[in-house]
Amino acid sequence: MSETEGRSSADDESGDGATATSRVRALGRVKPLLLVAVGGFAGATLRHAVAGALPGGFLWGTLAVNVAGSFALGVLLFEAKVAGRLGAETRLVLGTGFLSSFTTYSTFALQTAALSPGWAVVNVGANYALGFLAAVAGRIAVRSLAAPGVTG
Amino acid sequence: MNSVLLVGTGGVLGALSRFAVGSLVADGIRDTLAVNLLGSFALGALTAVLAADATLLTLFGTGFCGAFTTFSSFAVETVELFETGARREAVANAAANLVGALLAVGLGGWLATAL
Repeated sequence: MSETEGRSSADDESGDGATATSRVRALGRVKPLLLVAVGGFAGATLRHAVAGALPGGFLWGTLAVNVAGSFALGVLLFEAKVAGRLGAETRLVLGTGFLSSFTTYSTFALQTAALSPGWAVVNVGANYALGFLAAVAGRIAVRSLAAPGVTG
Repeated sequence: MNSVLLVGTGGVLGALSRFAVGSLVADGIRDTLAVNLLGSFALGALTAVLAADATLLTLFGTGFCGAFTTFSSFAVETVELFETGARREAVANAAANLVGALLAVGLGGWLATAL
């Protein structure tokens, strides 16, 4: 990538400039898609692995990935907002790609719909309460690590 | 094809489709609601249609629909709404995703078996 960019800037005034520039533009358009795709593959397969590893089938698996993923996305997005140490590419591969594919709403909805009314309420309550708390905990973790002793 | 490759391939397609919806709908909250409702509808329909085909259900259900929809973005966006003082909107967003997704799953399954 950097090699291609270097060549294009060097060739800007030559006859190949237009071709090289358009090639760099094409790569620029494809790169976000590749980052999301790589993250999507890893996130979905890890979700599948977690669901298979936990006892009691997919219900615990969905709860586990949704809570863990909400915590991690809370860390990632809040870190990007307050400290800005994470670049746009990192957010794309980890946030949009990995964590959004690692967590799932459709499986949660399908499993909830299949439960008895009482267990459905328990499942929704557990995913919602723990998921929201995890997102908040992610922000608190970033705050305490970014500026120890500073509140707010 | 083993299940890891099936889920992963579906995951790539689901993540890219969600990314595409996100670039069409330039509002994080609405685009998350849109993918969650669409994906829940699709999963309801696929589960009914592909009940006997574990391979396709793993590819499109666990892989595609699982990755297309997202709980983490929903949770972080709802918490952000709540923390910025838009508490009514946060509750409405939580309810819209839940009620909408449950209805979508049911509607998808019902349509798939009725047609």
